[in-house]
Amino acid sequence: MNMTVARLTVRGLLGRRRGLLLLAVPALLLVLSVVIRAAVGQDESTTVNILGTLALGTLVPLLGLIAGTGAIGPEIDDGSIIYLLAKPLPRWKIIITKLVVAIGCTVVFAAVPTYLAGVILFGNFENLALAYGIGALIAGVAYSSIFLLFGVITRHAVVVGLMYSLLWESIVGNFVSGAKTLSVQQWALSVARKIADPGVVSSSVHLPTAVPLLIVVTLGATAFAAVRLSRLTLASEE
Amino acid sequence: MTTISIDQVSRWFGNVVAVNDVSMTIGPGVTGLLGPNGAGKSTLIHMMSGFLPPSSGSVTLDGVQVWKNQQAYRQIGLVPEREAMYDFLTGHEFVLANAELHGLPDPGAAAQRALATVEMEYAQDRKVTTYSKGMKQRVKMASALVHDPDVLLLDEPFNGMDPRQRMHLMELLRRFGADGRTVLFSSHILEEVEQLARHIEVVVAGRHAASGDFRKIRRLMTDRPHRYLVRSSDDRKLAAALIADASTAGIELDWTEKALRIQAIDFYRFTELVPRVAKEAGIRLHTVSPADESLESVFSYLVTSAR
Repeated sequence: MNMTVARLTVRGLLGRRRGLLLLAVPALLLVLSVVIRAAVGQDESTTVNILGTLALGTLVPLLGLIAGTGAIGPEIDDGSIIYLLAKPLPRWKIIITKLVVAIGCTVVFAAVPTYLAGVILFGNFENLALAYGIGALIAGVAYSSIFLLFGVITRHAVVVGLMYSLLWESIVGNFVSGAKTLSVQQWALSVARKIADPGVVSSSVHLPTAVPLLIVVTLGATAFAAVRLSRLTLASEE
Repeated sequence: MTTISIDQVSRWFGNVVAVNDVSMTIGPGVTGLLGPNGAGKSTLIHMMSGFLPPSSGSVTLDGVQVWKNQQAYRQIGLVPEREAMYDFLTGHEFVLANAELHGLPDPGAAAQRALATVEMEYAQDRKVTTYSKGMKQRVKMASALVHDPDVLLLDEPFNGMDPRQRMHLMELLRRFGADGRTVLFSSHILEEVEQLARHIEVVVAGRHAASGDFRKIRRLMTDRPHRYLVRSSDDRKLAAALIADASTAGIELDWTEKALRIQAIDFYRFTELVPRVAKEAGIRLHTVSPADESLESVFSYLVTSAR
């Protein structure tokens, strides 16, 4: 961790319009939860639906995408990253710091709102809110590391990230069941299934598969991002 | 005292060769890297600052490789050409962040000192977004100086500066050079380089075209054959009179242009010859214009003569 890098990353992430977006999306989820609770009442299947599709399925990947790519992508794009890199500072420290900031963002703007939405919808009966909150936290960590890597290796990180979370996790996963094995969302769900009362949350991946995959993907993406950052070249403008 | 060595360095991007077998040594004092746009100056500076590995050859700082060596940045101060910086910060915050990233023992004092050196204290609490181009350049400069580096690399530092800012930066760089630091800056303007650099390295089309002090470079540039386009009341008669003199190497009658194309080898003698010959022969001169005074042609002459 480097506090200066962290400070610059936080200000870059929360400043400008991105900060508003980070705030608006979870706010929308909470407002929606209040409305649904008022309209439908306390209902288990509605809660599982909202938390599964809207929170874990949409809010968390979206926040991971904004925070993960936003923590480094814009600096690489405009070249200002040079001021971080032209320093006697190990590049992996820069990556770790930016990852911590991105994870922090997903906790504050995705995991906590998911838990709160669960509480609003269903109280904490059957440990449902907690299960989805922890699931969102874990997914947030994995998404942050993956999207941070995308931010380092491609200038089209947002597009690639959207393709992964929309096409792969949602659409392909719905038709090809095998694709779900390689889905951050399913891994997080399998953790949530363990926490919630039996039979409430369902996931197509077993916990002994999900946990190692989560760890490998998160560590692997982070390590790869550090390697790529240490080999980052500046394209000549000539 | 720090020396940058570039030893038989080439760099290509796919099929494009940006830098072609360049060797040069840059020691203490101010060195100007001169060349037209696209000559490979930025590529060279990127390699010297560790942001690009050479495709072949080596770039070293006092014998130590720069690429993938983050410790080198203790010695290097880099002023990149691109404008982007963390412009949501104030000038002071930006320079302070750079000082902190260097792990300096007293970053606050170092930032203050650097801002004073570039005379930006008066605007240090304004956001970088509100700065003019020259002010941004000075803050970039302060961020590069904050750790008191032995080597200062500047990529086109005078671009977009007004004459007063230019003078100020030149003064600053001269001072650093005199302190025994190794200062290298790139530019595509000969006059700029001439005013400031003790030593000049010329690159053209990726090749190292010339090296030496500014007098030598200036001579190389004026000694080349000059081409002129001349129109007169009697082109044939004028041509006959001019070719008799040793200062001309060739004359062509261009029928489509209705003019003479003259190649002169002795610039000063030729400029004096033309009006004299014309007057003696009673010929009226309509046009005398240099045909290749562009910087590019001067540079390309240097490359061909360097081979």
